[in-house]
Amino acid sequence: MRLNLRVWRQKNAGTEGAMATYEVDGVSPDMSFLEMLDTLNEDLILRGEDPVAFDHDCREGICGACSLVIDGEAHGPERTTTCQLHMRSFRDGDTIDVEPWRASAFPVVKDLVVDRSAFDRVIQAGGYISAPTGSAPEAHATPVPKADADSAFEHAECIGCGACVAACPNGSAMLFTSAKINHLNVLPQGSPERETRVLDMVAQMDAEGFGGCTLTGECATACPKGIPLPSIAAMNKEWLRALRKAPRG
Amino acid sequence: MSYPDYTTGEPITDTKAPAGPIADRWDTRRFEARLVNPANRRKHRIIVVGTGLAGGSAGATLAEQGYQVVQFCFQDSPRRAHSIAAQGGINAAKNYRNDGDSIHRLFYDTVKGGDFRARESNVHRLAQISVEIIDQCVAQGVPFAREYGGLLDTRSFGGVQVSRTFYARGQTGQQLLLGAYQALSRQIAAGNVEMHARTEMLDLIVVDGRARGIVARDLITGEVSTHYADAVVLASGGYGNVFYLSTNAMNSNATAVWRAHRRGAYFANPCFTQIHPTCIPRTGDHQSKLTLMSESLRNDGRIWVPRSKGDTRPAADIPEDERDYYLERIYPSFGNLVPRDIASRAAKNVCDEGRGVGPGGQGVYLDFADAIRRMGRAKVEEKYGNLFDMYARITAENPYEVPMRIYPAVHYTMGGLWVDYDLQTTVPGLFAIGEANFSDHGANRLGASALMQGLADGYFVLPATINDYLARHPSSEPLDDDHPVVREVLAETEDRLHLLLSVDGDRTPDSFHRELGELMWEYCGMARTEEGLTKALRRIPEIREEFWSRIKVPGTGEEFNQSLEKANRIVDYLELAELMCLDALHRAESCGGHFREESQTPDGEAARRDEEFAYAAAWEFSGAAPVLHKEDLTFEYVHPTQRSYA
Repeated sequence: MRLNLRVWRQKNAGTEGAMATYEVDGVSPDMSFLEMLDTLNEDLILRGEDPVAFDHDCREGICGACSLVIDGEAHGPERTTTCQLHMRSFRDGDTIDVEPWRASAFPVVKDLVVDRSAFDRVIQAGGYISAPTGSAPEAHATPVPKADADSAFEHAECIGCGACVAACPNGSAMLFTSAKINHLNVLPQGSPERETRVLDMVAQMDAEGFGGCTLTGECATACPKGIPLPSIAAMNKEWLRALRKAPRG
Repeated sequence: MSYPDYTTGEPITDTKAPAGPIADRWDTRRFEARLVNPANRRKHRIIVVGTGLAGGSAGATLAEQGYQVVQFCFQDSPRRAHSIAAQGGINAAKNYRNDGDSIHRLFYDTVKGGDFRARESNVHRLAQISVEIIDQCVAQGVPFAREYGGLLDTRSFGGVQVSRTFYARGQTGQQLLLGAYQALSRQIAAGNVEMHARTEMLDLIVVDGRARGIVARDLITGEVSTHYADAVVLASGGYGNVFYLSTNAMNSNATAVWRAHRRGAYFANPCFTQIHPTCIPRTGDHQSKLTLMSESLRNDGRIWVPRSKGDTRPAADIPEDERDYYLERIYPSFGNLVPRDIASRAAKNVCDEGRGVGPGGQGVYLDFADAIRRMGRAKVEEKYGNLFDMYARITAENPYEVPMRIYPAVHYTMGGLWVDYDLQTTVPGLFAIGEANFSDHGANRLGASALMQGLADGYFVLPATINDYLARHPSSEPLDDDHPVVREVLAETEDRLHLLLSVDGDRTPDSFHRELGELMWEYCGMARTEEGLTKALRRIPEIREEFWSRIKVPGTGEEFNQSLEKANRIVDYLELAELMCLDALHRAESCGGHFREESQTPDGEAARRDEEFAYAAAWEFSGAAPVLHKEDLTFEYVHPTQRSYA
C-alpha cells in the first residue's frame, strides 16, 4: 500500500507546530500502525531528516504509552490502542492525519509525544490504599464478594493512556479518575480512605486543568479497555457522599 | 576491544548465605543484619533505577522506612514499566487448595525447574516470602480473581502438580505493578521519593570502591547530570532485547546493568535466556516485536505440522494421517504440556526440517478443532476468548476456524548481575533486584515465578539487607561534579553521545540492532553449537566496528532524540552479546534454556554435566579477556536428577 501521511511536527514545547506531509510506500497490511511509522522514520533518518517522535513501548496494548489521534480519533478507527491497530484497517492511497493527544493538561513535548504527568499527580493525590509493606493481614482475613472484586478489576484495567482526555471535547479526565476511585472504593481494603480519596483526587484533577464532564460519552467510546461511562456517575455519587460526610479536619 | 578468550580467576566462596537448616537461614540473616535507627534513615539517600515490580516495590518500601529515595525510569510514568505486560500469574505457597503445596514444594519445584543451576538458599527464601507477597498485594487492593465465597482463586501453571498461581485474568502483571506504582505514588506525594521519569541511567559512579551515584540523561532536554547517594539499586530488568525481536517492550534495555558491569559488577550466566514456545510468528521484515500468547493455550490446543516437507496446502486440506502431532508423538506422557524449553526446541526442529507452516515456514499449528468439537465453541470462547481475539487482531485470521500459528520467541533472561544473598553485587553499595539479577531461576524460569521474584526482592529482601550495608557505612564523603572520578565518568558519557552523533554514516540504529539480533537468534538462540558460537564471536566485533563507522544518528544531544537513545543502547548490546556467546561457548553442557547440541542424550534431550558445570559463571569485566569466577552450587536439599518427560 501507498499512503499519504499528514503528521503533526513540533520541535518542542516552546515552539509552534504544523502538519507536514509524507508519502509512505510499501506498507504491508500486516504492519501495525507504529511499524508503519517505523518505516517512515527509517527513511527520514537516511534522508537526513528528523524522524517523527512518538511514545510507544510494550506494543501489545497494555503499557498505555502509545497515544496518537488518527484521522481525528484517539487511537484511530478500531477500539484498541494504536500499537494494536493494523494497516489492514486502511486502504491503498488513503490520506491519514496523525496528531498528538490534544488537551491543555497534556502539553506537547515533541511531535506526537505529550506530557501526561498530570495523571501521575492525580494518582498521587489519593489513588492508593495506605498499606505499608509488612503491615498486611493474612489475605483471606477479609473475603471480598466476587461481584465487588470483578467490578474493582473492570475499573483497574485502565492503562492510563489518556485517550479519554484526548477524545473529550472538554479535555476532561473524569473517566480516568473515576476508574481508579471505583477500583479502590468498592473494596473493603479501600474503605477507610474512601472519602478523602475521592475529594483529593477530584480536586487534583481540577487543579491540573482538565475540563468538566458534559456527558458527551466520547471518553468511553475511545477507551481501549472499555472503562464504562457509568463509572463517572458512580464517582460523582462518591464525591457527593464524601462532601456530606466530610470527615476532614 | 574484543573477547578473544577468557581467563579464570578466584572462585566465589562466600555468598553471605548463613549456614544452618535452610528454613532458618532467612531469619538468621535478618537477625544478624545490622539495623539503621529510624532517625538516621532520613540521612541516607538511596538511588533506585527502574520502577517495575522490583524497583517500584523497593522504592515504596524504602521510603516507608524513612530513607530518602531518588528513583528513575525512562518511561514517561513509573506505571509503564514492562512488568505491566506479564499475563499469567504469581506463584505463592499458600496451600489454599489443600492440595499438598508447601514452601518446601515451591522451593523444590523452582530448583528442579531451573535445572539445578540456582542457589538453594535464595530459592528457599523466595518460596518463604511468596506467601507474604499475596497478603501485601491484597491489602493494597490488587483485584485478584476470587471465588463466589469471596476467597482468592488459583490456577495451575506450567508442569506443576499443585494449584498455586494467583491471577487477575490475563493481566496479573498490570495489576501487581499498579499496586506497587500506587504505593510509590503515595511516597512521592509524601515527599519521600524524588521521582525522575523520562530519565535514563547511562553510567555508574564508583568512588573508593563503593557505588555512590549514577550519570543520567533527561530524555526531554538531553541534559546529562549526576545524582549521588549512599547506595544504588538497579531494578532495570532483563536484556532480552539483545535479540532485537523478543516479547520485551521496545525500550527495555541493558544499559544500566552493562554499565555497572563495566564498573566492576560481575555478570552471571549471561547465556541463560528463556525462549517462550507460544508466540505469534513474525510476518515480515517490518516486525518490531513479538507477542506472547499465554501458555495456558497448550492445555486444550494440539500442536502439529504436516508430516511431509514443503506441504503448502491449507491446514483444513491436510488429512489427519498426514499430520504430525510431534509433541504427543515424542513425549506421550506430557504431550503438549512439556516445559517451555522442550516445546520451543521441538518447534525449531520441525521447522528446520522444512515442515514449518505459514510465511517463511517459521511456525507450527496450535489447533483447537478437537477442543471445539469436544467442549463446544462457547466453552472455548469462555476460556480463551480474549487470547483468540488478540490473535485475530494481530493476524486477521479467525482461530475458531483455522488453526493458530505459533513460534518460539525470546521472553526472559535468567542471567544478570551476580548478587550475594543480600542481593548486593560485587561493587559494594550496588544492589540488583528483579530480572536484573541472576539469583533465583537457574537455567530456566518456571511460569508465574518472575512476578514472585520481583516483588520478593523489592518488598521484602532488599529493604532488610540494605540496612546492613548502610549501617556499616553510616556516612559517605560528599561528592560533587568536580570530583576527579565523577569528571571522568561524565566525560566518558558525553564523549560517547557526541561520537554517536558525529559519525554521520549511512546506516540507521535499527539496522544494526536487527543485524545483531538475527545473528544472536541464529547462533545463541534455541540451540547452540561450538561452531556457531565461534562464528558469532568472530562476527560481533566486525558489526561493532561497522557500527562505529557507519551509524547515523540525526539531531542533537540537547533535545528529545529517540534515535540517540536507541543507538546508545545498541552500543551496550554489541558488547553484552559477545559475553553471552562466550558464556554459551564455555558452558559445554546443556541445561534448561541453554541447549548445546554437542551435549544431548540419545533421545535428543538436554544433557547436564554436573561434575564440570554445577556452578554459576560470574564474569568480571577486564577491558580485554573477561575473567571467569565460579560460584560452586551445592545441593543439600534437592538432589540433581536428569529431567525426563517422555
